[in-house]
Amino acid sequence: MDKFSGMKYLKKNDAVLLGFAIVLFALLQGLISGKVLSSFWQLNVLIIGINIIMAVSLNLINGYTGQFSLGHAGFMAVGAYVGVVLTTNFHAPFVVALLAGGLSAAFLGFLIGIPTLRLNGDYLAIATLGLGEIIRIVIMNIEYVGGAAGFKGIPHHTNFAWVFWLTVIALFFIKNFVNSTHGRACLAIRENEIAAESMGINTTKYKVLAFAIGAGFAGIAGGLFAHCFYLISPNSFTFMASFNYLIMVVMGGMGSITGSIAGAFVVTFLSAALASWPEFRMIIYALALIFLMFYRPQGLFGYMEITSMRPLNRIFGRPGEKKEGGRTDG
Amino acid sequence: MFFSKKTAKLMSVLAGTMLMGGVLSGCGGDSAASSDEIKIGANFEMTGNVANYGQATLDGLNLAIDEINAAGGVNGKKLVVVSADNKSEAAEAVNAATKLISDDKVKVLVGPAVTANVIAESQVATDNKVPVIAPDATSPDVTVENGQVKPFIFRSCFIDPQQGTVMAKFATENLKAKTAVIYVDNSSDYSKSLGKVFKEEFEKAGGKVLMEEAFLAKDQDFKATLTSIKTANADVVFVPAYYEEVGKIVKQARELGITSPILGTDGWDDSKVADIAGVDALNNTYFSTHYSDKDESVKGFLEAFEKKYGHAPNVFAALGYDAGKLLADAIKRAGNDDSEKIRQAIEETKDLQVGTGIITMDPKTHNPIKQAVILQNKDGGRVMVAKIMPE
Amino acid sequence: MEMGQQVLQQLVNGISLGSIYALIALGYTMIYGIIKLINFAHGDIYMVGAYIGFFAITQAGLSIVPALLVSLVTTAMLGMLVEKLAYKPLRHAPRLSVLITAIGVSFFLEYASMYFVSPTPRTFPAVMDSVAINIGGLVINGQQLLILGITFVLMVILTYIVKFTNTGKAMRAASFDTETAQLMGINSDRIISITFGIGSALAAVAGVLVGIYYNSIDPLMGIMPGLKAFVAAVLGGIGILPGAVVGGIILGVVEAFVSGFISSTFRDAAAFAILIIVLLVRPTGIFGKNTKEKV
Repeated sequence: MDKFSGMKYLKKNDAVLLGFAIVLFALLQGLISGKVLSSFWQLNVLIIGINIIMAVSLNLINGYTGQFSLGHAGFMAVGAYVGVVLTTNFHAPFVVALLAGGLSAAFLGFLIGIPTLRLNGDYLAIATLGLGEIIRIVIMNIEYVGGAAGFKGIPHHTNFAWVFWLTVIALFFIKNFVNSTHGRACLAIRENEIAAESMGINTTKYKVLAFAIGAGFAGIAGGLFAHCFYLISPNSFTFMASFNYLIMVVMGGMGSITGSIAGAFVVTFLSAALASWPEFRMIIYALALIFLMFYRPQGLFGYMEITSMRPLNRIFGRPGEKKEGGRTDG
Repeated sequence: MFFSKKTAKLMSVLAGTMLMGGVLSGCGGDSAASSDEIKIGANFEMTGNVANYGQATLDGLNLAIDEINAAGGVNGKKLVVVSADNKSEAAEAVNAATKLISDDKVKVLVGPAVTANVIAESQVATDNKVPVIAPDATSPDVTVENGQVKPFIFRSCFIDPQQGTVMAKFATENLKAKTAVIYVDNSSDYSKSLGKVFKEEFEKAGGKVLMEEAFLAKDQDFKATLTSIKTANADVVFVPAYYEEVGKIVKQARELGITSPILGTDGWDDSKVADIAGVDALNNTYFSTHYSDKDESVKGFLEAFEKKYGHAPNVFAALGYDAGKLLADAIKRAGNDDSEKIRQAIEETKDLQVGTGIITMDPKTHNPIKQAVILQNKDGGRVMVAKIMPE
Repeated sequence: MEMGQQVLQQLVNGISLGSIYALIALGYTMIYGIIKLINFAHGDIYMVGAYIGFFAITQAGLSIVPALLVSLVTTAMLGMLVEKLAYKPLRHAPRLSVLITAIGVSFFLEYASMYFVSPTPRTFPAVMDSVAINIGGLVINGQQLLILGITFVLMVILTYIVKFTNTGKAMRAASFDTETAQLMGINSDRIISITFGIGSALAAVAGVLVGIYYNSIDPLMGIMPGLKAFVAAVLGGIGILPGAVVGGIILGVVEAFVSGFISSTFRDAAAFAILIIVLLVRPTGIFGKNTKEKV
């Protein structure tokens, strides 16, 4: 009985969110088609979407599974380069390129994850940072993809619809993953790895799974990113870029999907809005970062989700009363 | 209760952030273009790893525009430089160019400094029919794609094949070199393609390239690679790179006992090379560039730059200045600020005196035809050893 | 030059490069040891140290030793200030928030310096003669020896401080368990502040020496060496002083050999690959003690 109502809650929740997504899509598409947003802001809407995918997939690894990864930009690079080679050199359809990019990144995440995820804490952080840099350096040394100078002549496939719906898919996938048995296992690993292991959870399996899924979505985001800018170069995937995604996750709140969305939005928006003050942009950005951490060290949303907040939980049901559909309020 | 309090606080933080961003973007947005000014978009590397090149070019551009405005502007209108930072990244270069075009409504773009960033920007500019002048991007791909000239993209500097050929010829004919080592910056398109051209031309002239080595921009220590370069014992070492690394390479090469002549290109044209390497180490080195500081025609520019910024211009600043002069001349001939007219006027540039010499735009390639000089570093000064006029 | 000699020369190159990493890594590892924070701003503190040294020499006309002292003291104060303003309020916050703050501080130092001193590199005045010592074709620079010597002397002094002085004992106690140390009458905040001061002073020494040795400094000069120093610290076992030095020198030698015999474009990849391999065999670094986590 309890279980049944929980499922019902989940379905209702999904339907409401999907409805919300459709309305949002229509609204934004209207703003874009009606040229209310200038092309600069249109481009930044795309970047926000791509960054949301990056942030939420990194959140799965860092926030939900508690594995401190600093190499996310490396997986994005793999997806981007696999994608552009397919579309530019082999004229593959965009969707194939995106999928192939995502799968290659996921596979690489799987391969890398098996040995490195045995490390923990800061040791894992520096190892993943190193792996991200190794990926970038290897790409930089492959003349076939343009080396350090970058890959030129990429067709412009990325548009608002692609970014929006792929973002929605990424969000739904990760949300449902987190709320599934697998996701619970990941949360258990985050809270206490040894306790999780003694409860019979195969920690290696779930860590690698979360890592590969996160890497896969980063690869898809990479494909979207690459087909947005005509030229990609290894420069866009340095460890500084990985830091940037980490900033989005922590700013929004580790372990909150809503937080990742907010973090990606705020970071991208700040950068775009400050573009008119190029001399001060990075200084203001740095200060904003420090002050935000002062006042909200747990991030904007902490562990909260927008669906569990008071004014909204009427629409989404009351998760507090039904443990099965429960959130991860910390 | 617990939730609503938390939510309220959260919302206030969010609202605060948005408000800040909103206000900033509000006043940064398109202030109505007044009719007595023409906006020039400057898309440059102002932060990130090649910020020093972007910033220097922008300094040169600003000086040129200031001079033009002080002399009454162009066609009675003032030129206004609106700058945007591309963080030394291709994707951000597209973003910055889009902002300048769509929000600031600039009529023409100058920059970025680095080839890859210009190529990334060029599609946006072409789509919006806004002409671009790339002051320092030397790769042929910048203006020509698949054998077709890109109608809206121009440059105001050499292309790589020109300099690479000049230096290979100089090595074989003047220095009688039979063997060479090429040492390039692998993170720079400029350096790699110059290395390639030099190799082809040097081998065509009967020389032999013994070794090709690479480093990465921002490296500090070159001794490991220089140690293996030393074993090759070549007649010349060709280092087509930028001044910061060049200074260190020359210093460390001499320290390790590499005595053969070291050759370079216009990226060497900065007094910092001598400061870093030291006067003695820099002896017996040669590089190609745009002008000799002893040329009468560049004196005015050198003095004006020194006066405004307190130091001598480097090659980036000089090229930025040239781009500004080229642009002002084109706008003047176009008669108004119509982008298509400006584009056509840039294409028709002929025998124009700019900071570093006289340029004529080649309509088939959008590359300027201009002189090159080869300078020798000698006891702290520079001696012109060759002047190559365009054919 | 024959092969054997080339190997020796690369070894010299590597050790001299590594001693710079080691010098920065010493400060990194001390700070990590006490508050378990990857202080990403450490590389930028090193950059600020180099600039202060530069201005002390060029603007104030000081000679090298006083300039080094000025830089050392000012940078130590800057390090303590950063700790007090940016990290101390977050002592009980999640660790990642402090890390993000560190990244924020790093960006701030980089771009504020870029704004004030411009991104153009500055050339460090030649305050010290560069003597190349030639031993049968093997070239060793006097400044390289100086840097190596200073690194070892500082390592010994620091080890002495940490092992035998009261402050050092307090540092170790605070690093072991900040709260218990506080209960035992140790002023943990003061100890953490002192650690930041010492760590930053070491970074300043490294900054000035690098300025003298390579002759050029710029606002982003701290990023890569900072990262490499962290790699060196982890390689040696983070929090362990001799580990930082050994890690730094291993890293330098690996880089020199890869640059010399393969290609310098793979140098950084090789450095990271060595790190990962070492970590997989010894998950807490070469000198790290493997502590099993208890439930």
